[in-house]
Amino acid sequence: MNKILEVAGLSKIYGGGCPLCAATTGSEWDTNICPHCGSVVAALAVDLELHEGEILGIMGESGSGKSTLVKLLYFDEAPTGGTATYFEDGRPQDLFALNAAQQRRLRNQRFGMVYQNPHLGLNFNLSAGGNIAERLLMTDLAHYGQIRDRARELLSRTEVMLERMDESPRRFSGGMQQRVQIAKALAPHPSLLLLDEVTTGLDLSVQARILDLILEIQHELHTAMIVVTHDLGVIRLLAGRTLVMKHGRVIETGLTDQILEDPQHAYTQRLVAANL
Amino acid sequence: MNPNYELCPGEVAYNFGFMDEHAKREVRRAILKAIAIPGYQTPYASREMPMGRGFGTGGLQLTLSIIGPLDRLKVIDQGADDSVNAVNLRRFIEMTCPGVTTTETTREATLIQSRHRIPEHPLGEDQVLVLQVPYPDPLVLVEPSERRRKVMHAEGDYSRLLTKLYEDIVHFDEITIAHRYPTRIAGHYVIDPSPIPRFDVPKLHRSRALILLGAGRERKIYAVPPYTDAVPLAFEDVPFRVEQFLDENGNRRPCARCGATESYLDECLDAAGAKVYQCSDSHWCNERYGSWIEGRGLEQNP
Repeated sequence: MNKILEVAGLSKIYGGGCPLCAATTGSEWDTNICPHCGSVVAALAVDLELHEGEILGIMGESGSGKSTLVKLLYFDEAPTGGTATYFEDGRPQDLFALNAAQQRRLRNQRFGMVYQNPHLGLNFNLSAGGNIAERLLMTDLAHYGQIRDRARELLSRTEVMLERMDESPRRFSGGMQQRVQIAKALAPHPSLLLLDEVTTGLDLSVQARILDLILEIQHELHTAMIVVTHDLGVIRLLAGRTLVMKHGRVIETGLTDQILEDPQHAYTQRLVAANL
Repeated sequence: MNPNYELCPGEVAYNFGFMDEHAKREVRRAILKAIAIPGYQTPYASREMPMGRGFGTGGLQLTLSIIGPLDRLKVIDQGADDSVNAVNLRRFIEMTCPGVTTTETTREATLIQSRHRIPEHPLGEDQVLVLQVPYPDPLVLVEPSERRRKVMHAEGDYSRLLTKLYEDIVHFDEITIAHRYPTRIAGHYVIDPSPIPRFDVPKLHRSRALILLGAGRERKIYAVPPYTDAVPLAFEDVPFRVEQFLDENGNRRPCARCGATESYLDECLDAAGAKVYQCSDSHWCNERYGSWIEGRGLEQNP
């Protein structure tokens, strides 16, 4: 399988930062706020690899840096240090060395992002179809009929009722908004999909349908995904490999079954025990 | 202020063209830059004019900066030479630019300042059209931050404007923008061509006259140089269309006064309160009406 993303030493520190930040935060200090300068160490020296068609789970409690990680990869935030290499059709691209226009191109045409809050991913002043059209128009498609067909295809793929295609997603239920968001993220055939707490706040039956949908997409389109969640059930169902994060650090990494059945780190042990 | 100050004999109260020479030069430089980068919104230091912002101060500053004593000026508002805004702007320019002649005849004018319309009579190479612009940036509808709008312009990213058109077609089966139709100039920048109706947008395309657009309040000047492509945004399968002015039977309405079927029509009410349609370009209509009267040997109606 081809590698699609390689991240090495990725860090994000909110605040000025000082030479002692890395040494005085983390599990042994039980904080990610540097006591010397007050900066927040949101992510420190994160390494990860992702292959084509693979789902990587990122698990951890609130404030552990999981969302920061995907925001860095989606260029929502600029990193403090580290590199990320994206392999576009086999050609390596250093994500953080690209200029703003190139980053926007990757963001709009190669990556997809689904946020926990649909307000961030969707424009509620447009119709559901319009949201998808916006994404398609960024990729130089300028044919109304084709855009309409493609939007219809994506929305039926994600089980959004087609007769509501021309309504604003403002009037949709939470689960349906999330499905429109997934359809929008899939519009330009992304090779990397970032899912940030997509099922949080939805009821169980809707959660199950969205998780099913994500698995189907992975089987059909072979899209590589990074799934961020604090829900062990989601990790168990979706992810092949998992990273466990705490205080901005990756404390454990391995196959999902291995982590859930035989956790090595004390924190992971507590987490698994609490949930099972 | 010195209350006893008196002008020397022979000295006039205002500089020719009201603005001082430095101000005019600054505007001219902005015009040159705007012509050099077709469609680019060139910022300039918009001066205070003795009238409110929004009454055409942008167009007026352009006109005053490039006018000379030998120019023949035509001022139009809503297609008419005798509407309030046009009359007052014309009087102001006559007052501050001694020697300049004004005309209502499109063919004779060397400089035309307009709002809402491009004259029906085709413009020539020796003419300059100045348009007054209220909102220079077409992206303002979809992006409130000017900083991000500038990046979008630089990258030629107008996908969100097209999304707006998409939504129009979805909801109304056609593009409903009546005026300020976003138009791509020379293959890159998309401009907001002032409040001219959709009907006039094709006249921008490879126009023989230089077209200058000035926004006084927003402090921007941009230009459509002669023989430059101006292509309205549209989809491949939903082409751009101008207003049709069709009646109930699907026929093109003629002008009630001169009978023209190729001009932009205004809807108005006659004495009996019925709807009638009449040319919006008053000079064009008068000229056609005059020759129609002449052709029949009738006496001209005052």
